[in-house]
Amino acid sequence: MSNGQDTKSFFLDEDEIPFEEGQTIIQAALTAGKYIPHLCYHPEFKPHGSCKLCTVRIDSRTITTEDGQTVKIPGRAAASCTTPAQADQHVESNTPELLDLRRTLVQMLLVEGNHFCPSCEKSGKCMLQGLAYDLGVMDPHFPQYFSKREVDASHPDVLLDFNRCILCELCVRASAEVDKKNVFSLSGRGVTKHLICNSESGLLGDTNLAATDKAANVCPVGVILHKRHGFEVPYGQRRFDTAPISDNPVQYAPVKEQV
Amino acid sequence: MYQFELETAKSPDTLRRIVIEPVSRVEGHGKVTILLDDDNKVHQVRLHIVEFRGFEKFIEGRPYWEVPVLVQRLCGICPVSHHLAASKAMDMIVGGAQLTPTAEKIRRLMHYGQMLQSHALHFFHLSSPDLLFGFDSDVAKRNIVGVAAANPDVAKKGVLLRKFGQEVIRVTSGKRVHGTGSVPGGVNKALTPEERDYLLKDADQMVAWSRDAVRIIKQLHRQNAALYDSFGLVPSTMMSLVGPGGELDFYHGALRAKDKDGEAIFDQVSYQGYNTLLTEGVKSWSYMKFPYITALGDENGWYKVGPLARIQNCDSIPTPLAEEERKEFEAYGNGKPQHASLAFHWARMIEMLCAAETIKSLLVDDDMLGRDLVASGPRRSEGIGVIEAPRGTLFHHYRVDDDDLVTYANLIVSTTNNNTAMNVAVREVAKKYLSGRELTEGLLNHIEVAIRCFDPCLSCATHALGKMPLEVSLVDAGGTVIHRLTKGEDGEIRS
Repeated sequence: MSNGQDTKSFFLDEDEIPFEEGQTIIQAALTAGKYIPHLCYHPEFKPHGSCKLCTVRIDSRTITTEDGQTVKIPGRAAASCTTPAQADQHVESNTPELLDLRRTLVQMLLVEGNHFCPSCEKSGKCMLQGLAYDLGVMDPHFPQYFSKREVDASHPDVLLDFNRCILCELCVRASAEVDKKNVFSLSGRGVTKHLICNSESGLLGDTNLAATDKAANVCPVGVILHKRHGFEVPYGQRRFDTAPISDNPVQYAPVKEQV
Repeated sequence: MYQFELETAKSPDTLRRIVIEPVSRVEGHGKVTILLDDDNKVHQVRLHIVEFRGFEKFIEGRPYWEVPVLVQRLCGICPVSHHLAASKAMDMIVGGAQLTPTAEKIRRLMHYGQMLQSHALHFFHLSSPDLLFGFDSDVAKRNIVGVAAANPDVAKKGVLLRKFGQEVIRVTSGKRVHGTGSVPGGVNKALTPEERDYLLKDADQMVAWSRDAVRIIKQLHRQNAALYDSFGLVPSTMMSLVGPGGELDFYHGALRAKDKDGEAIFDQVSYQGYNTLLTEGVKSWSYMKFPYITALGDENGWYKVGPLARIQNCDSIPTPLAEEERKEFEAYGNGKPQHASLAFHWARMIEMLCAAETIKSLLVDDDMLGRDLVASGPRRSEGIGVIEAPRGTLFHHYRVDDDDLVTYANLIVSTTNNNTAMNVAVREVAKKYLSGRELTEGLLNHIEVAIRCFDPCLSCATHALGKMPLEVSLVDAGGTVIHRLTKGEDGEIRS
């Protein structure tokens, strides 16, 4: 609903969400405390729209046919992280159809990489695992791909375990946009797409990455790990032990700049 | 390797084959094959470990700090042993082998909690049906449900003792099974006062019930001494860790071995030299290795580990009630070591009592609430961690490169140490009870009873990759061998 003043709003499921001009749907929703599942979205980086977890339907319609039946015409599907919010839109997110599709996406990610949660240091604070739990993923459904991936331990302080990469490019964007180092990139297409390091040898140890860089601290899964630190937080105190990933959506919202 | 009596028949093709598969009421999967002639005379008996795990191989290439959590997935019954043995090895890697008092005591509490739960599980759930009802009793009732129906008080104590042990593990590691409490150089949490009080309120009851359990097995032993003193008799060397004063210690110590007559073979030997002290033999018919004391050779160097070895190797037990029971156990043998397999149960229950008493004393120690959790020092490239797991001495050995990745892993799991002894025990039982008789389920259960005495964890014990001798034959339709390839113990392939 537009009130004709500065604040405009749209509807997300049953809730009216205010937004500011230029905000995306997910930014406005998270700011308003409404969670939309996501993996490649990050409030500090340019939206990417690749993981599709945040897909919503916009402006579905219900029509009545000539024989009196009510039929729903699904609205267009769009990544809420790249779609600007518009006044009076009707956005659907928490529907059985979309939740089912998100579960399927997470299942595909889980079988594409080698995600062995029981021995992963990121377990309990991993966004992929947290989403899987939150969406009620009970099994991988698809056959395990068992992709052959390596570990790059060449850097003195940071380890790369490519087995767990979900190609979200958060590290790529962090390194380019925040660290201004361009340490990471994706290479290849389709099933051969993979994360690479920007050095002649291809090894992380030959890049100028520092453990304090944003890129070394942004991985949502267990790829970029700080060496010699593992399992330091006891069970029960890990990030998603205390609250599910969908709790307190404002934590994922863009931080307003102080005026 | 040396061939033991009844290990390999001269003409196996002419003999009848009986298979017990799976061996029940043990952890993991194994089978026993028995070859008999027309008169039911036993010619060959083997305990085969038919599952394969391969942890030694896939630990390679992983970062060292992940190993204590990863490797505990070997087992769902005694993961704490692997968690702690790997942690001890990694303590050396990070230069933190001298733990803080809080870290060492928290680990001890976790370990003694596991000893309590594992021994309770084995005695009450797995073995008590045989012992209370008889080896050839009604098979439909020879299980924990049958025990609960006939002896509800015994079953209840068994379940609650195990539960308490699991709770100790949960409080110290975060989960009842596969927690993360121990990290290289220490632990990731101490106890809160609330957690200590929660465990302490039941500690006295656990000590009392553990005493009752010792009484049960002692009584069974004395009531049927002829059976208990002779069944599955395996006179052998016994090996275990002991503390610096020769006392029983499940968490740390040096190696001691005594021969079958109780004479010392070696004592206070650092486990850092385990790989020259012991040799891991292999045989083509089992995925489980056959370790032996190198100096004594494969014929004479095999040994027993576990409760029976520990209770008889140590000079004392640091807790008063268990020490009293140890002395009675010692007196029962009239000064000679006991080697009958059923004596394992008596020794195991004395250990459970020791674990309960130790848990109680640890819980009132203020160090359990400390905040100094992790130690570190100069980085090393090799670490060996050894611990007394419920089933016996457990060895973890790792090498880590400069990039912090594991390049080598070798495990000698408790059950593996007992491989030869278990095989000798089942052959002894087969010879005595089965040979020349019409086989029944009850008679075959005698074989399983002998195996159960050792409380084997077969899933833990099979990790070597590429070390087993193998033979592959290509045979035509008429049965003629066209080609044969063999791989020897040295890994060489020959045609």
